Amino acid sequence: MIAQAGESFVNQWFGQYWLVLVTKSAIVLIFFLVAPLGVGYAEHKVMAHMQGRLGPMYAGRFHGWAQLLADGAKFVQKEDVIPAAADAWVFSLAPAVALVPYILLFVVIPFSDEIFILNLDVGIFFVLALSSVSVIGVLMAGWASANKFSLIGALRAAAQLIAYELPLVLGAAAIVMQAGTLSMVGIVQAQEMYWFVFSQPIGFLIFLTASLAELTRPPFDMPVADSEIIFGAYTEYTGLKFAFFLLAEYGGIVALSAIASVLFLGGYLPLPAMEFIPEPLWMLAKIGALSFLIIWLRVTYPRLREDQLQRVSWLMLIPLALLQIVVVGVFKVAF
Amino acid sequence: MAVDDRDVRKAPEVEPRSTGLGLIKGLGVTLKHALRPSITQQYPQEKPDLPPRTRGVIALKEANCTVCYKCSRECPDWCIYIDAHKETHEPASGGKGRSMKVLDRFAIDYALCMYCGICVEVCPFDALFWSPRFDYAEYGIAELTHEKERLEEWTYKVLPPPPLEVGAVPEPEEDAAAADTKGAA
Repeated sequence: MIAQAGESFVNQWFGQYWLVLVTKSAIVLIFFLVAPLGVGYAEHKVMAHMQGRLGPMYAGRFHGWAQLLADGAKFVQKEDVIPAAADAWVFSLAPAVALVPYILLFVVIPFSDEIFILNLDVGIFFVLALSSVSVIGVLMAGWASANKFSLIGALRAAAQLIAYELPLVLGAAAIVMQAGTLSMVGIVQAQEMYWFVFSQPIGFLIFLTASLAELTRPPFDMPVADSEIIFGAYTEYTGLKFAFFLLAEYGGIVALSAIASVLFLGGYLPLPAMEFIPEPLWMLAKIGALSFLIIWLRVTYPRLREDQLQRVSWLMLIPLALLQIVVVGVFKVAF
Repeated sequence: MAVDDRDVRKAPEVEPRSTGLGLIKGLGVTLKHALRPSITQQYPQEKPDLPPRTRGVIALKEANCTVCYKCSRECPDWCIYIDAHKETHEPASGGKGRSMKVLDRFAIDYALCMYCGICVEVCPFDALFWSPRFDYAEYGIAELTHEKERLEEWTYKVLPPPPLEVGAVPEPEEDAAAADTKGAA
């Protein structure tokens, strides 16, 4: 059976609609549950070593590999506290609203010409739309907690999203212009000659910076600035609901690393002369490398103040991203 | 006229220009630390490598103790217990017996001790030492009173003091000892 480019591998294995649907959902869910754990563990270890420490060493005997599983087991056992003044329904729904968009995002991430769940024609549009839904969960959490720190954190998260969604989308738009397609697989295939990071290095930096802010990761973690507003919108959360927010954060790292590698690093495309390594491994390696970069930036830089944060976006990233689009447009028309 | 005639109340309108090179340098620093071996000592499996002057616990070398009670009197929080009795030794040549004190009990209550080290300082015959041992936690506060047998064991871990650095002023006792040997020679 010869696989057709553009058709998902599961479709070739099973003809039945429901079986295919369940299998695909299971694959996405399992990947979503495993990959963030890997990133979380990497963060523990990388951050520790960058600070001259060892990090977790006991759980699972070998270099604490099972630390996050142990953490998960701990979160399950914790009491599920809902504050008396909280809007209980919204409060309970918020973690799901924050988490689900990142799960759905993996549906369109391609791991090879054949290995993907869905090849949407509007793939990148779908991805960018979903990645901004997550902040609604944060806003719900902050509002429903009936806690001033939560509310401040949530509003900061919303302000940050408004500021950084724009450079993120503009950076992606320049790529879409160069690739001439919105489909994730199409964008990867457009990079057969060279990766777009070489033609748009500034766009890559803009996209990466905006992704960090989108994830509210340090140095853009003003919404959860623990020294002033405790833990922002998540202050009142305990147990599994809190764990879901953490999972959303790490899932978000994996998701945005995957998007950035599709847009700029050629996705699953191997380096020249290294085609013997299978394509899905290339995709995973690129996701891993970008996740490492995100962790590395967290360890290195101090938190930006709220006004500095807005200044970086509106006065630096957005004009640069617009300029990038103009330049790409000129090249597209001229050549 | 003020020495500095800049208007200090006026905040600078733009933040100082940065080249952005510091950002790269910062990444280099963290990466360099990540590649270095970490300095953590995995304590229960790996015993810490402590310097010779570590002030871990106060140990007693019983043979040096003359039961002068100086330590227990100087102790600011009265955590040293000393019991002793007098023994008289008959001299072989006859005459008045020679009396000496014998230590029965020497205990330090580490629940009270504040590790000031005054007892170690005042001890005239070097019977008290700072020992690098620190693992003497107990399950009850009453058990923290450690008797002289335990205090003696702790002296086994006392290291000789490191040699003085070049140009350092020697201790007054060492000066006196050096003068003594010179006088004798």
